[in-house]
Amino acid sequence: MSIFSKYEGLASALSAVTAGGGRNPFNVVIEKPISSTVGLIEGRETLLFGTNNYLGLSQSPAAIEAAVEAAKAYGVGTTGSRIANGTQGLHRQLEERLCAFFRRRHCMVFSTGYQANLGTISALAGKDDYLLLDADSHASIYDGSRLGHAQVIRFRHNDADDLHKRLRRLEGTPGSKLIVVEGIYSMMGDVVPMAEFAAVKRETGAWLLADEAHSVGVMGEHGRGVAEADGVEDDVDFVVGTFSKSLGTVGGYCVSNHDGLDLIRLCSRPYMFTASLPPEVIAATMAALTELENRPELRVRLMDNARRLHAGLQAAGLRTGPQASPVVSVILDDVAVAVAFWNRLLDLGGYVNLSLPPATPDQHPLLRTSVMATHTPEQIDRAVEIFAVVAGEMGINRAA
Amino acid sequence: MSETVASVSALIVKTLLANPKVPRDINGSSKIVEDLAFDSLAVMNFVMEIEDTLDVSVPLDRLADIRTIDDLAACIVSLKQAS
Repeated sequence: MSIFSKYEGLASALSAVTAGGGRNPFNVVIEKPISSTVGLIEGRETLLFGTNNYLGLSQSPAAIEAAVEAAKAYGVGTTGSRIANGTQGLHRQLEERLCAFFRRRHCMVFSTGYQANLGTISALAGKDDYLLLDADSHASIYDGSRLGHAQVIRFRHNDADDLHKRLRRLEGTPGSKLIVVEGIYSMMGDVVPMAEFAAVKRETGAWLLADEAHSVGVMGEHGRGVAEADGVEDDVDFVVGTFSKSLGTVGGYCVSNHDGLDLIRLCSRPYMFTASLPPEVIAATMAALTELENRPELRVRLMDNARRLHAGLQAAGLRTGPQASPVVSVILDDVAVAVAFWNRLLDLGGYVNLSLPPATPDQHPLLRTSVMATHTPEQIDRAVEIFAVVAGEMGINRAA
Repeated sequence: MSETVASVSALIVKTLLANPKVPRDINGSSKIVEDLAFDSLAVMNFVMEIEDTLDVSVPLDRLADIRTIDDLAACIVSLKQAS
């Protein structure tokens, strides 16, 4: 028996997706980014509406310049982990910059956003503790819970009352209770009611961790995320985030006012046993952070663009999530239809993400788009037009 | 009234049968993943429904050891007794 036999079901599912000559949606190659909003795919200039590059900073001239200078000055890698030879002056500088940005006392920088959740959650919640996770949590949160040894309890998505009920069942049980929520949920783009969760946290004495991966640089007057927008930053014990969305690079972090965070550096395996970020990434991230801080107009343009795309897709008779946010997903009922729709969008020059169950809420396939501050109104209108054409061809637009 | 494995198992079967996609011939020995063709997310969502009905929380790590409907019922009864 082959070691791969257990994946026969997966192989059949993949064959079904590519049956009829369709592309493998998990193997799309962007041959070359031409700008933050246009990439070369299959030799054609294609509008990018699925990159999470919310502020367009992956192509920031200042960040590129900073990366080049850092590579020349420091080399291209650290060849070691943060607790061995992998902490350079730049790593400390970036942690201090993030502390200042979030107005928190402590910061740990990780090599990816995935590892930031993995490393923070697995280390904070120990064997005798409880983790309370939103049902629609990102894979990195679920995986963090599996790497640690805490008891894991799910609550209904974005439902603070449901969380409260589950915390009530744990009353009198020893061990810390750590609630984990996300600022903006990555599949549907829905925003957490952070103030409601903060109230439950206060009432029950639990700890609160917010993964603001998709909301930092996007929400809040200064771009610090949903906790800032809702005025409840003091109730959030730990903010986890990533550099690979609004900051356009790669890496992750956790910030907190709790002095204990420094101890986590010595017991978080995803922090301790991997190479640290290379100098050019750190330098580019700091340059991007400066832009994020100094150009609040990017957030305004981003939200204008999000509303334009959300309204346009709804006017085209497509079903989307209820909120206009930088993630706008078109909800379909049938996987085969979603696959055909996605292929046709790419034929017509529009790249979006095809998201399939079980990675999506409620078993619905999604055509997930993400908007950028750097999209022009014309590019958004063109994307809506392509969606409308394909929906018309496939006969799935509801009466508009 | 305190629940028994048999009564919880019957309740789980009844809840499952409310879903038209679930095979009609299930019983306490039915395997949740294999016989019901549930993926990991479907299992977690279904357990959440049962949790609400019985006012109990089943930690996710306990699910790893559960194969059949009776296993789930036994787990829930032990959690209820512990609380």
